[in-house]
Amino acid sequence: MTSALPRATPAADLAERLLSGDRLALSRMISAIEAGRDDARDAMRDLYPRTGRAHIVGVTGPPGSGKSTLTTRLALEYRARQKTVGIVAVDPTSPYTGGAILGDRVRMMELHSDQGVFMRSMATRGVMGGLARSTLDVVLLLDAYGKDVVILETVGVGQDEVEIARAADTTLVVGVPNLGDDIQTIKAGILEIADVLVVNKADLPGADRLVADLRAMLQLGEQRTAWPTPIQLTTATDGTGVAELVDRIAAHRAFLEETGTWRLRRADSARRQVRAIVEDHVQRRLERLTAGPEWTARFASIAAREQDPYTVADDVLQEVVHDGQRN
Amino acid sequence: MPESHPLRVLIAKPGLDGHDRGAKVIARALRDAGFEVIYTGIRQTPEMIAEAALQEDVDAIGLSILSGAHMTLFPRVIDELHKRGMDDVVIWAGGIIPASDMPKLRELGIQAVFGPGSPTAETIDFLRGLPTAVER
Repeated sequence: MTSALPRATPAADLAERLLSGDRLALSRMISAIEAGRDDARDAMRDLYPRTGRAHIVGVTGPPGSGKSTLTTRLALEYRARQKTVGIVAVDPTSPYTGGAILGDRVRMMELHSDQGVFMRSMATRGVMGGLARSTLDVVLLLDAYGKDVVILETVGVGQDEVEIARAADTTLVVGVPNLGDDIQTIKAGILEIADVLVVNKADLPGADRLVADLRAMLQLGEQRTAWPTPIQLTTATDGTGVAELVDRIAAHRAFLEETGTWRLRRADSARRQVRAIVEDHVQRRLERLTAGPEWTARFASIAAREQDPYTVADDVLQEVVHDGQRN
Repeated sequence: MPESHPLRVLIAKPGLDGHDRGAKVIARALRDAGFEVIYTGIRQTPEMIAEAALQEDVDAIGLSILSGAHMTLFPRVIDELHKRGMDDVVIWAGGIIPASDMPKLRELGIQAVFGPGSPTAETIDFLRGLPTAVER
């Protein structure tokens, strides 16, 4: 059967329709971006001036810390405050099969009937730079669509996820009592990216202890900005502390704006985004190029010690750049 | 140049029965076959299923049902999808569905039904045989 909006619809049309509030167009544009469609990338250029209004809130933390439930509660609180919400939930793709189970919606079904919320699950699809690029683009699409707040939820393990969380204006790092990995979390450098530390499952014994530990850790590290990282206790299952958390997020945004840090931070985010786009381009060209017969032959000649890998690498690099100029 | 991407599939349980073992088994099998599976949990209304399908832009929806209410619920799911302009989503079903209902379900647009005991490979083969999103 046919659709009102076939999947092959040019991205420029999808972009135009999503700006006028078409949710299916938004959804299909996200798919086009995820699939790496060239026309989607071109359409992003035109959409970009329409972005920049949304407050991007990153939520990260170890598996099982209650990120999805907390994200749902945050969305409900924002809706109670008349703000529209976009949610991007990133789950890992299995490195063995390439498949993924995206289960965040199970906890977010309370939001289903509210047209003010749009939630999209994404699998990491195993591409390092590509993940950072496409998640950011999806955030930008929700921004262009007009969402006031975009919540970006990632598992806080691994450099890539941490990088994504850093794309946010305000990053929440979620911990829970008695996980036994508090020190692990800190080792991974995740504490440093927190604008607000959240101790979720605060009804469990050990929450006060974790707060004390985190406070001690914060005092140990040198303070990088004038923003004193607050610690907020929450119980996401019943919503305790969530309104206060939203207040703290708002206070952080006010701080960023008052101190001029907002622009600095977004410029820093732009730097990472540009690098991610370049890495993505180079990586794709590199893969396409080196799969060709010409290079395969040269790799064989390296193996035979007729050429060396350093010289060939220089030649590949030149070719990648030329390939870029031709396109 | 459109690049290949994993097929996105929604596994949904419409209606009130709370037995989701079959749905979970198939979700897991599809993940292991390389699909991106969006799992929504039990007790879903047709609106919830259609809305999740829209926001996740899935290629196919698997409806798992054991309660016997499929002849009521499936047409409503299809109707909700239609309201959202998503007539191009492939729908299949699993669970306890009498053979006598099959012709009617096919007519409604349910493309396949896999009953109890069906090997998961049958569902995987069915989904792999679908035309890709670009072809549709």
